[in-house]
Amino acid sequence: MDIHALQQIVHKTRDARRKQTIPKFSPADRDALIEKYHPDFRKSAYRPIRFGPNADEQTVIELATLLEGDSPIADDLDVTPHYQTDVLVIGGGGAGCAAALHAHGTGAKVILATKLRLGDSNSVMAQGGMQISVAPEDSPVTHFLDTLKGGHMQNDHALLKVMVEEGPAIAKWLIELGVLFDRQADGNLHVKKGGGSSKPRLLTCSDYTGLEIMRVLKDEVLNQKIQLLEFCAAVELLSNDEGHCTGAIFKDLDNHRLVVVAAKSVILATGGIGRLHIQGFPTSNHYGATGDGLCLSYRMGAKLAHIDTFQYHPSGAVYPEQLIGALVTEGIRSEGGHLVNSKGERFVNELDTRDVVSSSIIRECEEGRGIRTMSGRVGVWLDTPLLDAEHGPGTVEKHFPAMMLQFERFGIDISKDPVLIYPTLHYQNGGVKIDTNSETNVKNLFVSGEASGGLHGRNRLMGNSLLDLMVFGKRAGLTAASRAQSMAQGKLTLQHLRRFRAEAKQHGSPSGVISPMVLPAYTRKEN
Amino acid sequence: MAHEDTNVIDQPEVLKPRMVSIEISGKKYEVPEGITVIKALWYTGQEVVRGAGCLGGFCGACATYYRTKDDPKVRTCLACQMAVQDGMSFTIMPPFPARKAIYDIQTLKDPKQDLFNLYPEAPLCRNCNACTEACPQKIDVREGVWKAVFGDFKSVSEMFMDCVMCGMCTPVCIADIAPNLVALYVSRAQGAHFTEKPQGLETRIKEIQDGRFNDEWNKVLAMNEKELADHCATVK
Repeated sequence: MDIHALQQIVHKTRDARRKQTIPKFSPADRDALIEKYHPDFRKSAYRPIRFGPNADEQTVIELATLLEGDSPIADDLDVTPHYQTDVLVIGGGGAGCAAALHAHGTGAKVILATKLRLGDSNSVMAQGGMQISVAPEDSPVTHFLDTLKGGHMQNDHALLKVMVEEGPAIAKWLIELGVLFDRQADGNLHVKKGGGSSKPRLLTCSDYTGLEIMRVLKDEVLNQKIQLLEFCAAVELLSNDEGHCTGAIFKDLDNHRLVVVAAKSVILATGGIGRLHIQGFPTSNHYGATGDGLCLSYRMGAKLAHIDTFQYHPSGAVYPEQLIGALVTEGIRSEGGHLVNSKGERFVNELDTRDVVSSSIIRECEEGRGIRTMSGRVGVWLDTPLLDAEHGPGTVEKHFPAMMLQFERFGIDISKDPVLIYPTLHYQNGGVKIDTNSETNVKNLFVSGEASGGLHGRNRLMGNSLLDLMVFGKRAGLTAASRAQSMAQGKLTLQHLRRFRAEAKQHGSPSGVISPMVLPAYTRKEN
Repeated sequence: MAHEDTNVIDQPEVLKPRMVSIEISGKKYEVPEGITVIKALWYTGQEVVRGAGCLGGFCGACATYYRTKDDPKVRTCLACQMAVQDGMSFTIMPPFPARKAIYDIQTLKDPKQDLFNLYPEAPLCRNCNACTEACPQKIDVREGVWKAVFGDFKSVSEMFMDCVMCGMCTPVCIADIAPNLVALYVSRAQGAHFTEKPQGLETRIKEIQDGRFNDEWNKVLAMNEKELADHCATVK
């Protein structure tokens, strides 16, 4: 059927739906729903990791395979360094830039290496905002409790306390660098309410929060003349006799030459794993989000946390084909947008946590109340025109210019037509386990941002990621830099790799998979 | 017999993809109609390292020049956001060698005047409007450059909130201005120097420093798992 014909049900039922209030699920119903429909509970998608620091723990097959994968580096490689630095930051997104700037600010020598360009990251795509408790009726403790509830009480308390308490200082730092957050008429920061939060707490820059922050941070990295290695993908770490991290090996993607960097400490800020398309899900993630940091740290002996849980953002585009997986910001639901099934019914409180909303959408689709596209995808409607009906004409265009433009390119006016959505793989809730200074159990190996784990528990609240990466990027940068002042460069060896290979051998024949993946294999090859 | 499902969107292009002829950097290929420019590159077997970033229209890595059939006009797009059509010809634009001024945002004395030292070419805009035509984000770039020069930093920062820094405004400028870099400087100066400091934020920072929440923290952190869960449930 014509998409416009199918959309009529949304227009017809709008006024009736506006009078409805959908209660949130009780904790018991919520847990039952998630267990039945959330992709984290699909047992067939999981298997135990055979060896290494997280041996016998379950994770998705795609990740387990890469964690057990072999390094592309020969363990007798000549590791004479091409570069020497105090702090080596791997990754050029939000966490990497924050770490590099703070480390550099203390006077340490910093090299920032990144697989693509400086700034290429999920951070730049963050639309919804950044959670910081700045409103008078809010507090860091409330932020803590909301996040804990959203994370199924599994969050690391120490990390979480640090994040919520240092948030306001981070906002101040960003404002001083020139980030333009939305303001109220009185000059105070405008705050929006996000799913799962009890108070309005989201700082926004229109629906370009990540872009605005990253434009500024990138520019600042350039202004500070921090040394960059772009188009260099980290493929192995280096360790000394005691197993401490002492640097990294990169593959220069232009000429495939290996580049060895000696560093007193290493900060991995490599982001998430959306581009592994676990369980076949489309993803909202950027091209380079292939989980490289997890593989590198794991081989080095770093313990991972919560790697059996992922975030499926409730609203990824399902139509048109060109936008599959692209994010339809949660802001639409924050401002009252309804989720509507093929019968014109609402089926969940749209402001419930992401895991609950995603599970509900999957339930609707599995029980036959979804709308299918001929490419075999299925979704439910997100009533975007409702925002103009509710708050006056022009609301969608004014509040969501990025989204308007994205759909307009394909002839869809989201202020007039609802959009078809389905959960899209959005975030890795877990990652490398860190302490409050972002350090892992491997000395001098720091991890910050999405690659780190523990803070978000089993489900991340909207807007907590931008804050996470700023706070722990900063802490990693400061700790790594201060330590570098009082230590000597460690010996560069590949001992950890020999150990890892020996262990892999004990657990059967190697899988033949080389990790990290570096870039997803989208290039079509003729047989 | 299966009954007809009325909840299916017709997409004939998906069922039987129509192949179209396109030209990438001068070489002809056949690809399915409607895939994005970046997917067309992958479809034709080309690995993309420079020219792919967020794939969501936010990072500006895939700035592309294209031309459609029988139209002499060369247009611009983001490769991840543009669908191919029959007869289309395109090439990805490598990052353009624009000059970025180096400055310390916090110690600028007179940011509006400093613009002329940092980007002395900015006032030389000849009003040709090529930058505006080149912008895939539909920003009125020319207007922005003029406003920057006349010191209306607030308007510039609002106009360029959509800027993905693809840099396509730069090579078309006959006065050698890099409008996106000018706008970035102006926006940062606006944020750091001409925007009110939010009082509520200062208050919150001080409250945290003064330990205003310490009692509550002590109470919460002393709770066992069950008490904490119950306490969380009371937060509305």
